[in-house]
Amino acid sequence: MIVDINFVGLIIASIMASAVPLILASCGELITERSGVLNLGVEGMMIIGAISGFALMTVTGSLIIAVLGAMLAGVLISTIFAFLTQTLITNHVATGLALTIFGIGISAMIGKNFVGIPGKEFPVLFEGLKDTIPLLSPILFGHSIVFYFAFALPFITSYFLKKTKIGLIVRAVGDSPESASNQGINVRFVRYACILYGGAMCGLAGAYLSMIYTPQWIENMTGGRGWIALALVVFSTWNPIKILIGAMIFGGLTIIQFHMQAIGVRIPVQFLTALPYIVTIIVLVVISRDSRKIRLSTPSSLGKSFHKDN
Amino acid sequence: MHKFLIRSFVSSLVLLFTLTVAAVAKDVKAAFVYIGPTGDHGWTYQHDVGRKAVEAAGFKTTYVEGVPESADAERVLRQLANSGHDIIFTTSFGYMNPTNKVAKEFPNVKFEHATGYKREHPNVATYAARFYEGRTILGTIAGTMTKSNVIGYVASFPIPEVIRGINSFTLAAQKVNPNIKTKIVWAFTWYDPGKEAEAAKALIDQGADVIAQHTDSTAIVQMAEKAGVYAFGQASDMDKFAPKAVLTSVENNWGPYYVDRVKAVANGTWSQKDTWHGIGDGMVVISGLDSQMPSDLQAKVKKLQADLASGKVHSFTGPIYDQKGNLMVAEGKTADDGMLAGMMTYVKGVEGDIPK
Repeated sequence: MIVDINFVGLIIASIMASAVPLILASCGELITERSGVLNLGVEGMMIIGAISGFALMTVTGSLIIAVLGAMLAGVLISTIFAFLTQTLITNHVATGLALTIFGIGISAMIGKNFVGIPGKEFPVLFEGLKDTIPLLSPILFGHSIVFYFAFALPFITSYFLKKTKIGLIVRAVGDSPESASNQGINVRFVRYACILYGGAMCGLAGAYLSMIYTPQWIENMTGGRGWIALALVVFSTWNPIKILIGAMIFGGLTIIQFHMQAIGVRIPVQFLTALPYIVTIIVLVVISRDSRKIRLSTPSSLGKSFHKDN
Repeated sequence: MHKFLIRSFVSSLVLLFTLTVAAVAKDVKAAFVYIGPTGDHGWTYQHDVGRKAVEAAGFKTTYVEGVPESADAERVLRQLANSGHDIIFTTSFGYMNPTNKVAKEFPNVKFEHATGYKREHPNVATYAARFYEGRTILGTIAGTMTKSNVIGYVASFPIPEVIRGINSFTLAAQKVNPNIKTKIVWAFTWYDPGKEAEAAKALIDQGADVIAQHTDSTAIVQMAEKAGVYAFGQASDMDKFAPKAVLTSVENNWGPYYVDRVKAVANGTWSQKDTWHGIGDGMVVISGLDSQMPSDLQAKVKKLQADLASGKVHSFTGPIYDQKGNLMVAEGKTADDGMLAGMMTYVKGVEGDIPK
């Protein structure tokens, strides 16, 4: 069987495009969790981002306003979560779940007027270079700016956590808020900031879906990707580079199983459909076996409320 | 004095009677039970367009969306029947048993169940649309317009409705172009734009230059537009989402039927029946044909449409063979409704197996 090298390039490009929302949301949630806050509202924040981006694009006609607005919407809804969990010290898990249910409901309500409206074309970069290098061209060129940002984000996140002072503060707050507080760090402020950042990234992930990947609005269009993003954070043991690998495997298997179906491979389709979930978990568990490293990167105070009386 | 009293009594009686009749005629309340959200721009959305037509005809309507096909459906139905609704439309196959069960408890309320076959009580009617007639037209267009002879088909779930569509589409495409291959990809979802787009992309990357779909979102036609191949709209006219890709759409048009049935309740002429309407009755509508289609194809499609409407042509006319070469429908015969309703085998020319 002759495999056209450009065909392989095309498949890899589709895999990367499908991984973008997972990478964005996971990297956002990773920062939130590294500060010790477990926010299960990823799906809700994504869907809010999706409707906000689409609505703003339709109403204002400006793509920049729409993308920034979607991120702002993610920030706003995560502010509710931050206020409840950090100021009113509510339970993280319950509040996060409520946030998801709230997000799905309110997005459906806002979205009523935006069903059946076609989206706008989102500009892509380096389109002219698309046919220059075999294999690599479709992978490297002709994508939206959000695409490039998503693939830079895991590296930026990794650098931020390991090499910067603020990154160290975030990790300190996540590991031992008491010690951090005694060092004069305002734990509540740091956690607020990390929650809002996570909200912004989830909003951007949602906007990518409704504005770039499949430009339209329909209810529940995130289709559970928020939950997959959450799982990726845990199974990657809070490591942004492994998030990138996990998202690529997940997106890759989803697309490859469609190709296998189209070629006519005789494997039960239900098994193929379940494959991405199974394999992603297995691979991430296998590459993250080192228990010492897991202990180092797991935020020790994840999901625990911090209450300081002063 | 007496006369006056009697006269006023009688006239007020008459007035009361007319008022009551008017109130009965006007106050018919219809309820709709939906499986998905009205914002899906597909199946449920089109039923809701039908509901709005009932509203426009002067009747009161309510709807409950996102009702699971479980014990929840029964509770919702009982609630609707209890709160003064005269006719209740249940718009998903899985509501079949709950509908019949609740209908028994409320003999004065009419129940209309979409896509089912059980009518256990005199107050239960069933209705469905012959979407496969629309797919015969799509297959004819696809078989003519393809250059690669590979046609992609994004399917949802392996149920007779979907298998029937694939078969009807493939038979029509083979008729105009014996060399075509239909490649099927099962997305296992009714609507998830991301997944649908990925399925369509896989088919396009493998050489399909016409994509058909039996899922609901517009992601597939948008993907086709991006890749420069042809596609068909599903459930509603999707032309504005992909003006170059969409050659035509098959629209679900429930409005006229709904208005009819609610009026029948108002007039007291409602009776139990099983309705399976197609292009001829306007329940299945073919949108405008794209100008990229050559004029002789357009003429052919229009003729086929008229013949399907009049019954001169049937989508499943023999000889039809299954994948193993066994005769399904003999030459000169057409498939009966019983066979169509339970169709769970591919016809010859479809690649792959039906997922079990």
